[in-house]
Amino acid sequence: MSPSQRNGAKCEVLFTVNGHTKQVLAYPMERLLDVLRNELGLTGTKEGCGEGECGSCSVLLDGMLVNSCLVPIGQAKGASIVTIEGLSTHALMNPVREAFLECGGAQCGICTPGMILAAVHLLEKKPEPALADIREGLAGNLCRCTGYMQIFEAVASAARRRVAK
Amino acid sequence: MQERQIVGASVPRKEGWDKVTGAARYVDDMVLPGMLYGATVRSNVARGNIRKISFDSALSWKDFVVVTAKDIPGKNCISLILDDQPCLASETVNHPEEPILLLAHADRHKLQKAVDAVSIEYEPLPSVHTIEDSERQSTIIWGGDNTFKTYLVEKGDVDAVWKEAALIVEGEYFTGAQEQLYIENNGVIATYNAANGVTVWGSLQCPYYVHKALMTLCGLPEDKVRVVQMETGGAFGGKEEYPSMIAGHAALLSIKSGQPVKIVYDRMEDMVATTKRHPSRTRHRTAVDKDGKILGGEIEFTIDGGAYATLSSVVLSRGTIHAGGPYYWPSVRIRTKAVATNTPPHGAFRGFGAPQSLFAMERHMDRIAQVVGISPVEVRRRNFLKPGQTTTTQQVIREEIDLSHLLDRALELSDYAGKKARFAEENKAGMRKKGIGIAAFLHGAGFTGSGERYLNSLVGVEAGADGRVRVLVSSAEFGQGTNTVLCQIAAEALGLPYESVAIAQPDTTVVPNSGPTVASRTAMIVGKLVQSAAQGIKQTLTKTGLLGDAYTPEDFRAACQEYIAARSELKAYARYEAPGDVYWDDEKYRGEAYAAFAWAVYVAEVTVDLTTYAVTVDDFVALQEVGKVLHPLLAEGQITGGVAQAIGFALYEKVVWQNGRMINNQMTNYIMPTSVDLPLIRVFFEELGNVHGAHGAKGIGELPMDGPAPAIVNAVEDATGVRFHSIPLLPEDLFEGLRPASLEQEAPSATRGTA
Repeated sequence: MSPSQRNGAKCEVLFTVNGHTKQVLAYPMERLLDVLRNELGLTGTKEGCGEGECGSCSVLLDGMLVNSCLVPIGQAKGASIVTIEGLSTHALMNPVREAFLECGGAQCGICTPGMILAAVHLLEKKPEPALADIREGLAGNLCRCTGYMQIFEAVASAARRRVAK
Repeated sequence: MQERQIVGASVPRKEGWDKVTGAARYVDDMVLPGMLYGATVRSNVARGNIRKISFDSALSWKDFVVVTAKDIPGKNCISLILDDQPCLASETVNHPEEPILLLAHADRHKLQKAVDAVSIEYEPLPSVHTIEDSERQSTIIWGGDNTFKTYLVEKGDVDAVWKEAALIVEGEYFTGAQEQLYIENNGVIATYNAANGVTVWGSLQCPYYVHKALMTLCGLPEDKVRVVQMETGGAFGGKEEYPSMIAGHAALLSIKSGQPVKIVYDRMEDMVATTKRHPSRTRHRTAVDKDGKILGGEIEFTIDGGAYATLSSVVLSRGTIHAGGPYYWPSVRIRTKAVATNTPPHGAFRGFGAPQSLFAMERHMDRIAQVVGISPVEVRRRNFLKPGQTTTTQQVIREEIDLSHLLDRALELSDYAGKKARFAEENKAGMRKKGIGIAAFLHGAGFTGSGERYLNSLVGVEAGADGRVRVLVSSAEFGQGTNTVLCQIAAEALGLPYESVAIAQPDTTVVPNSGPTVASRTAMIVGKLVQSAAQGIKQTLTKTGLLGDAYTPEDFRAACQEYIAARSELKAYARYEAPGDVYWDDEKYRGEAYAAFAWAVYVAEVTVDLTTYAVTVDDFVALQEVGKVLHPLLAEGQITGGVAQAIGFALYEKVVWQNGRMINNQMTNYIMPTSVDLPLIRVFFEELGNVHGAHGAKGIGELPMDGPAPAIVNAVEDATGVRFHSIPLLPEDLFEGLRPASLEQEAPSATRGTA
């Protein structure tokens, strides 16, 4: 069933995306993922499975790591969303992306934005994560290329860089 | 000139920055003005004649673009090898989810409703769903005998060895289908106008495969078809042949509507309709002497190709050549075939037939060891191929490979002996049984036999007036590092900084046909051509006197500027030339199958939980000889990624079939390894070099897919004492296999040879 069938009329949704107030006209059950990509042009958020398994569409919603394919836009009303594009000003972004580049954490790149959101979210909660914490923190984000090893190393390395500062 | 160290260094990934910032552009990130969205109406029967197609009159169809087989301007096929697969079924369907009709609309939300509003009536025909049913030939669904291809490899007099044998060991092994599960689904955008013809942007591995298929389908000349590869979110073989299908569909909709059309599958459609790894059955009958040395044997290898021939003959070829593993067979007969079933065609997936036949070989080696009464280590050591000996296709091993040394090092790295002893003690009590298993294997790099000669690849390198260099190849980046490695090679050859070299986006109007991005051929074959073409640029500049033997990047820039001012452009090309001494007989399947082999010994340590029947891999050592490692970080990433996929192949990833249709076509119930499921994968390299590859590189991409599954199942047997012959090995299979009743039924499969 398409979003348009599910819910008659479009409604206005006011929310914050990457620090900017946004107002969109959308069906209340439209996926946050589609609004970000199609209405706001934020294509760094990727669709992998559409059912909350792969984490490629991860964004931060009021500081929580969520799969934007499972969030109806109505639920984002008044919320503050951070996407990969919005992370550019985040204090953790530099060490994390440098570590991903140096450690080989990105191969095909399709899971990378979501993976980086998950890594940042983890490091916000746990600045010095053990390997088990890293595994747990990334468990909602699937990567088919790397076998995760270099991603674990990237997250650990980002944490070390930050602590060293 | 200063000594350069670009090749062999872990330089930054060329497109890395765009990937970590979310700026990289995949096809679904692209929107064209006036673009429509396309959808596919597919068959819901396994086999049948199409009787009637009707459109629900409740829907206003005038807003939709509708395409059927009648709208195809050229030939209704996906041109590949045999051209037997239609782009759209017109009279008969041969598998579930076969495309029949296409729809496009400006509002993508309206498409699903429209797909549901098309109803198709069929006259059902009997269908075939297993290798055994297909072999029985009581229902013929393809050609005269349901057989796409057979090969026969013969070496020595195998019929004479049975009577000399101290023991004859038999075994039968199975591998299941596996979904590539790239995280980015298949997708393309097509445009058409009469002046320029068709242009397709897509997620794909082989721009010129799509180019050829579109020429045939659309009836257009070479210069009226353009294919551009967008950033590609994983492929693993899954975007080798299928993109020709989806590109054809988008092109047909665009030709009919005159508007750009995007088709991007969702996960369920991608999983249910596109290719997977070929399921296989392998039978071994091996004659050994009392010390466990192989005297000879027969191997039967059969793969399920699905409904159309597509790439099955080539997958079968690789499986055939790898079936004997890294061992010396004084005599052998290998009979192989690819058969038809009414399921979507199986296709390319990393390893391409080799993981299937090597699974059987490496499980069978453990069986031989048991029957003979020697260790899995010893049976391998006694049978390893040595330099100067010949493979099953009678290729002489010219490399100085020392597999015994590789084995010893892998055993040491994994503390094999220590663990073996410790587990034997610890397993006496408790419900968690530990085991350790090994697999030794090889993987041929590049196309098989005469394949590279037929491909006749062409590579270009271009220098600009600013002294910047651009590599022109159709080789695609989809995560494995093509962009980076080819730029490294060009920079090294030209004595320029890595940063001065870029690679062109694969676009058939810009890059020559350097062949498909498959078969672990890019670094070795294309890399070597990039090296030659780059040297060609240098020679051009030195011959014209613009550049001396020793030069700085600034000298190079000045030389380029002067050359281009006079002659407008500076390009050099290099075409593949087969090494003169390579002999291959396509008829007898004999000779030099591959320009080089990579070699490996992997060791897996597992825990089998007898309460939950779950298997976890606790430690994994991957040791390989892959020639020169061009980029250590990327190489390691290839191995860890391949091992992870192979752990999925062995323990998690099960395609559940119902009348030829995958019914668990979701990530929720088709399970790939997550970050908490994998052991630390420890990667080690040995570097022997290779005369055929750039800087001595061999192929690496597929190798790690071959060994983990047998190593893991060997370890499961070590832990439980029960032989499993089939993967994927899920907890329910373990439960079944470990029940006392099934243990009693286990029949001995070794017999004493008769004198």
